[in-house]
Amino acid sequence: MSDTLVGIEYNRVTNTTSTDFPGHSSGDDHAWDIEKFKDTFEIDISHLTERTANFDLVHIDTSVANAFRRIMISEVPSVAAETVYVFNNTSVIQDEVLAHRIGLIPLKVDPDSLTWIDPSLDEKDRFTDENTIVLSLDVKCTKNPHPPSGSTDPKELYNNAHVYARDLKFEPQGRQIELFKNNPVVASDPDILLAKLRPGQEISLRAHCILGVGSDHAKFSPVATASYRLMPVINIIEPIKGKELTQKFQKCFPPGVIGVKDDEAYVKDSRRDTVSREVLRHPEFDGKVKLGRRRDHFIFNVESTGAMSPEEIFFKSVRVLRNKAEYLRNCPINE
Amino acid sequence: MKRKSASDESFNDLLQPVYKGKKLTDPISTAKDKWNLLPAFLKVKGLVKQHLDSFNYFVDVDLKKIIKANELVLSDVDPEFYLKYLDIRVGHKSTSPPGTKELFLPPHECRLRDLTYSAPIYVDVEYTRGRKIIMHKDLEIGRMPIMLRSEKCILEGLTEQEMARYDECPLDPGGYFIVNGTEKVILIQEQLSKNRIIVEADEKKGIVQASVTSSTHERKSKTYIITKNDKIYLKHNSISEDIPIVIVLKAAGITSDLEILQLVCGNDAQYQDLFAINFEEAAKLDIFTQNQALNYLGKRVKTIRRAGAPKLSTFQEGVEAIATTIIAHLTVSDLQFRSKAIYIATMARRVLMTMHNPKMVDDRDYVGNKRLELAGQLMSLLFEDLFKRFNSDFKSSIDKALKKNNRTSEFDALLSINIHSNHITMGMNRAISTGNWSLKRFRMERAGVTHVLSRLSYISALGMMTRISSQFEKSRKVSGPRALQPSQFGMLCTSDTPEGEACGLVKNLALMTHITTDDEELPVKKLCYVLGCEDILSIDSANLHQPGNYGVYLNGTLMGTTKFPIKFVSNFRSLRRNGKISAFVSIYANSHQQAVHIATDGGRICRPLIIVQNNTPKVRASHLKKLLDGEWVFDDFLTHGLVEYLDVNEENDSLIALYEDDLINSTIEGTFTHLEVEPFTVLGAVAGLIPYPHHNQSPRNTYQCAMGKQAIGAIAYNQFRRIDTLLYFMVYPQQPMVKTKTIELIDYDKLPAGQNATVAVMSYSGYDIEDALVLNKSSIDRGFGRCQVVRKNTITLKRYQNHTKDIVSGMRVDENGEPIFPHASLGPDGLGEVGMRVESGQVFVNKSVPNNTLDNVLGGPGDRSSPTPAESHREAPSYYKGPEPSYIDQVMMSVSDNDQALIKVLLRQTRRPELGDKFSSRHGQKGVCGIIVQQEDLPFNDDGVCPDIIMNPHGFPSRMTVGKMIELISGKAGVLNGSLEYGTCFGGSDLEEMSQILVDKGFSYSGKDMLYSGITGECLQAYIFFGPIYYQKLKHMVLDKMHARARGPRAVLTRQPTEGRSRDGGLRLGEMERDCVIAYGASQLLLERLMLSSDAFEVDVCNNCGLMGYNSWCKTCSSSEYIIKMTIPYAAKLLFQELLSMNIAPRLKLGDVF
Repeated sequence: MSDTLVGIEYNRVTNTTSTDFPGHSSGDDHAWDIEKFKDTFEIDISHLTERTANFDLVHIDTSVANAFRRIMISEVPSVAAETVYVFNNTSVIQDEVLAHRIGLIPLKVDPDSLTWIDPSLDEKDRFTDENTIVLSLDVKCTKNPHPPSGSTDPKELYNNAHVYARDLKFEPQGRQIELFKNNPVVASDPDILLAKLRPGQEISLRAHCILGVGSDHAKFSPVATASYRLMPVINIIEPIKGKELTQKFQKCFPPGVIGVKDDEAYVKDSRRDTVSREVLRHPEFDGKVKLGRRRDHFIFNVESTGAMSPEEIFFKSVRVLRNKAEYLRNCPINE
Repeated sequence: MKRKSASDESFNDLLQPVYKGKKLTDPISTAKDKWNLLPAFLKVKGLVKQHLDSFNYFVDVDLKKIIKANELVLSDVDPEFYLKYLDIRVGHKSTSPPGTKELFLPPHECRLRDLTYSAPIYVDVEYTRGRKIIMHKDLEIGRMPIMLRSEKCILEGLTEQEMARYDECPLDPGGYFIVNGTEKVILIQEQLSKNRIIVEADEKKGIVQASVTSSTHERKSKTYIITKNDKIYLKHNSISEDIPIVIVLKAAGITSDLEILQLVCGNDAQYQDLFAINFEEAAKLDIFTQNQALNYLGKRVKTIRRAGAPKLSTFQEGVEAIATTIIAHLTVSDLQFRSKAIYIATMARRVLMTMHNPKMVDDRDYVGNKRLELAGQLMSLLFEDLFKRFNSDFKSSIDKALKKNNRTSEFDALLSINIHSNHITMGMNRAISTGNWSLKRFRMERAGVTHVLSRLSYISALGMMTRISSQFEKSRKVSGPRALQPSQFGMLCTSDTPEGEACGLVKNLALMTHITTDDEELPVKKLCYVLGCEDILSIDSANLHQPGNYGVYLNGTLMGTTKFPIKFVSNFRSLRRNGKISAFVSIYANSHQQAVHIATDGGRICRPLIIVQNNTPKVRASHLKKLLDGEWVFDDFLTHGLVEYLDVNEENDSLIALYEDDLINSTIEGTFTHLEVEPFTVLGAVAGLIPYPHHNQSPRNTYQCAMGKQAIGAIAYNQFRRIDTLLYFMVYPQQPMVKTKTIELIDYDKLPAGQNATVAVMSYSGYDIEDALVLNKSSIDRGFGRCQVVRKNTITLKRYQNHTKDIVSGMRVDENGEPIFPHASLGPDGLGEVGMRVESGQVFVNKSVPNNTLDNVLGGPGDRSSPTPAESHREAPSYYKGPEPSYIDQVMMSVSDNDQALIKVLLRQTRRPELGDKFSSRHGQKGVCGIIVQQEDLPFNDDGVCPDIIMNPHGFPSRMTVGKMIELISGKAGVLNGSLEYGTCFGGSDLEEMSQILVDKGFSYSGKDMLYSGITGECLQAYIFFGPIYYQKLKHMVLDKMHARARGPRAVLTRQPTEGRSRDGGLRLGEMERDCVIAYGASQLLLERLMLSSDAFEVDVCNNCGLMGYNSWCKTCSSSEYIIKMTIPYAAKLLFQELLSMNIAPRLKLGDVF
């Protein structure tokens, strides 16, 4: 199976492209077979929380894995503030900058509860209760009449000195009162600082939040990042023995990768390796170890911004890809 | 590096925050921590101390001297009358307690209201009124522009909170003036030193000349001693002919040939041989006595006598010439010319020495021979000139008043002094605001002395304050003055100079420099005599040039001799180290000239160094501990004799170790006298921003110095309160990951200009060739490189003589009650509303001007009863023009000096980076954005990190900016480690330590990561150099430059399209392009480009007479028979008519082509 290994050498990466397609070499068939794929394909979830997921996709082609990654970043829809109507803003932060900051706040909204906006409509008719969520921000900074004596902290001296994302108030429109009764729209990270105020300053604005995709603007991307890495492989060709040498060998890898048994180094957990290639630098290990990465073993890491769970984002990416394939299949191109 | 055990209790104090929040957890070692002297130095002096010191000296000392020199005003009419100035003060009255300042308008209000930041000048006078003598205190004679942060400024010594109350930035260095609302800097001027002998030689012509520029308060003149055919002459501008040296010396009272020989040559036979020929010359002219010599001299003096002055005899002219004209800075009393004779003899001796040994010439470019002229000196020249004029105006008005006899009341002189009080104020204002320094006394006419302080970024303002401009002509193609002088080390920045014509002529001060102000000569002179120096006037001429006898020169004038120069110098120095003499007096021995030179004059550059004795530095760990504890400040090191200031000349007399290690194991012979405080102080403030500059090719550092000033960033803490013509802000500026000590010292980390971008050094997409950059769209979405541009629009509402005035009228509405489109952003008051969007073609101030401003609308001034009821106005609104809309940021209404309403509207644009915007790292590597790429298409590493910027690797080999690579590795290590790393010059974080951090955090030691292609998802075959680099966004943005035109305005005269973007001009098909089209033979294209698309014009040509007619009628032939219509360029038609007007008749003969 060495042809599924990407070679990690001292100053280059070899064998990066997969060759398992029909006609690449005589003898091998490599024809796509759904049954064979079903047999070999594996999903292995190693870590799953509300915000992050870490899972392996094994025996899948790079193009498909990469498609999932790309779609998660740029094509899975999510909700973000798009239009900000500023009624009053006497703070030091300029309207555009404040609007930009509000736009970047991830919101806890199920994207499926909204429909797409029709940009061809006039601005007056464009926003409806079906496609728009209205958030309002009305804060005014005042002096705290009884501040703790001797305090110089503006948060104690004044009320509303800092404006946070949690100060954005959801204003349900029409049927939204019912729809979002149990899960009102809030910022998924309430502690994002939006602006700082001093007594006498105030901000009053409405933000219209709509559905969008990450390729349009990064604020619509549902993931902080979604990416994968290939499974590291450490192949000890010649045994590495001796206390000093094994210790040095161990130090060339992150802790827990290399174990020592009977004064001989062995690979304990290659998954934890970060492939720093440190081992290739030392002449004493020259030729004794070969580094590689499994070309068809993808360790995915998906970090959600909070609107959806990471697995939902991944499922949606699969759905988007399927819809694209469906669309392509229906295109009259096979003449 | 481990902290010492608990037994070392005394070191616990060091764990407290020290400077700028940096904790010192290591035990103090002099080698590592002596750099703390630098912040201490800057804390005391500030970054622009040279300007402040100079201005303070001017206001406190120089002004009083000027008053003293011009203290009496007498009248030609009344001999009894006198007025005497007793004292002068700026900014506070005699009645106010000392140390208090009169409150005047704070600087920021002056900036906003277009006023001058100035303080009143008070004088105390004593004068006669009739028989009585009257004292008058606190008479205001004008207002003096005040340098910000100087002692007279209200901001001096304020805390950060108090500064905030005045809307002032505490990090602003000051050192500039505010005149009519604009901030003006008087650049430091570099000049050849005054009152010093400079010997030069022209080897081709065989000429040696010693010259001295004498400069006093009254006059400025230059005296030369030159050789001509191996004979020595004296040359002076006001003497028509060169005077043989022997005659000059005889005129100065040295009549004996032997004494002349002794004074000039001493006992040296070779010098005597060279000089002997000069005696012949004098003898041939039959001049032997002083009288003969003076007559000879007097005959050749160019006399410019003022009218009324008595005519002098030639003898008197000669005496006058010797006494005042020649070597004017030496004053002569009671016709005792001996000191002057010795001075001339010394000059002659220097010429002889150079004739004998050509290596004895002086170097003009040597920094020790230069003096820097600062704001204070220039202001004092200006003030003295204005004050003299003030007094002469005053005198003539008194004379006029006193001429009138039998007055009813007694004449009070003070009544007429006030009439002229405006002259000083206006004179100062005009000079600073225009930069034209024209002084009648010195026939000085200098333009471009002041510059508008550049507020593009904090660094550009700071860089301006340390700039030195040379008096040297830019056009001359000589390399000498432009070259980097070894003597610049530590004094002038080695990197910071512009490229192009001013290269090497405009310099910048290094970080730890001081420019001296004048010190009193007399006490130093007395001290020299006490130290065993023999007075020159009491020395026998025969002994003057005895071998081993060193001349003692005070500010270039021989004042005595000493037999023990080494001892004399070291005694002098120890007195200075003990604080008995000013720390800025320099002394050094020159063995070539057998001279000890003492300098007390102002304008010398000097810098502090640690004193070394017996190869150990005097600054010990215990001293540094006191400094860190706050017990000591920098001046304590001076007073305790641990540190001293050396100027360039004295540096030449010392051996300075760069590092403490060099003191112990050095291969250099000789004993070290000093130790460098920190080697990175060879760079200035601007070059100090560069991380690892010692790894870069030197021109790259110079390029960065130019570009650092164009970087968009934070300007000052009061940046949103400022209303400047044009300001750029960065929305999210970051302090650099890789800092330098200079960055912390100059507070660049508090007002940064740039962002830490994750950079991948790789080729991508082909849109990155020729230094173009690839930007990540998502990074831009998240705020990378976002900046704001605010532009000021000033509108003044004028008043006219006929009592009409400009008004602001309200907005106009359409039938629905909605404002019409051009008025959409206006409020009901006719001013733009803050926060409104203004699009091209919209109005932000709806001004109207009266139709009739000349004569009174309502029939004469007598008609006061009906004060202008319905003046007719016409609209003259201010339209916004631009490709992108702006937002109204601020609207200010105020009243300027002359009672006119002043409206300032600030328009703001927020811009995200786009194709063609210019970026640069801190290593002189600039590039424009070539493409903006979606995040998912960009490569990513194992952690899912994708770059903000992709830079093409071809940028490295030819530029050799290794510092940039090390910055990346240090920055990456810092990111992974959670620390800020240092790239200080000649130091900084160690590369191997940084690599070790990378390895420990699971990255490759080299900084190269394995990346995955974002497009295919496969691994890239090469490892990619990947990490953070500090990138600056430069002010050159596409939005300000883009320009295209189809049709548009044309020039009135030629009817050709206008030129330039600002006038919506056309793109010129120039001469060379025309040549191409001709060569190609594309005649129709040529016709279209040069005529049809430009200035085609149909003319009626008469084929009979060949001249042009009009309306199908030839005026010349009085017929329409031969008229032919044809199209020619309007410019050609214009040419024909202009030729006609000068009696040349160009006639067109038309014929068929086909």
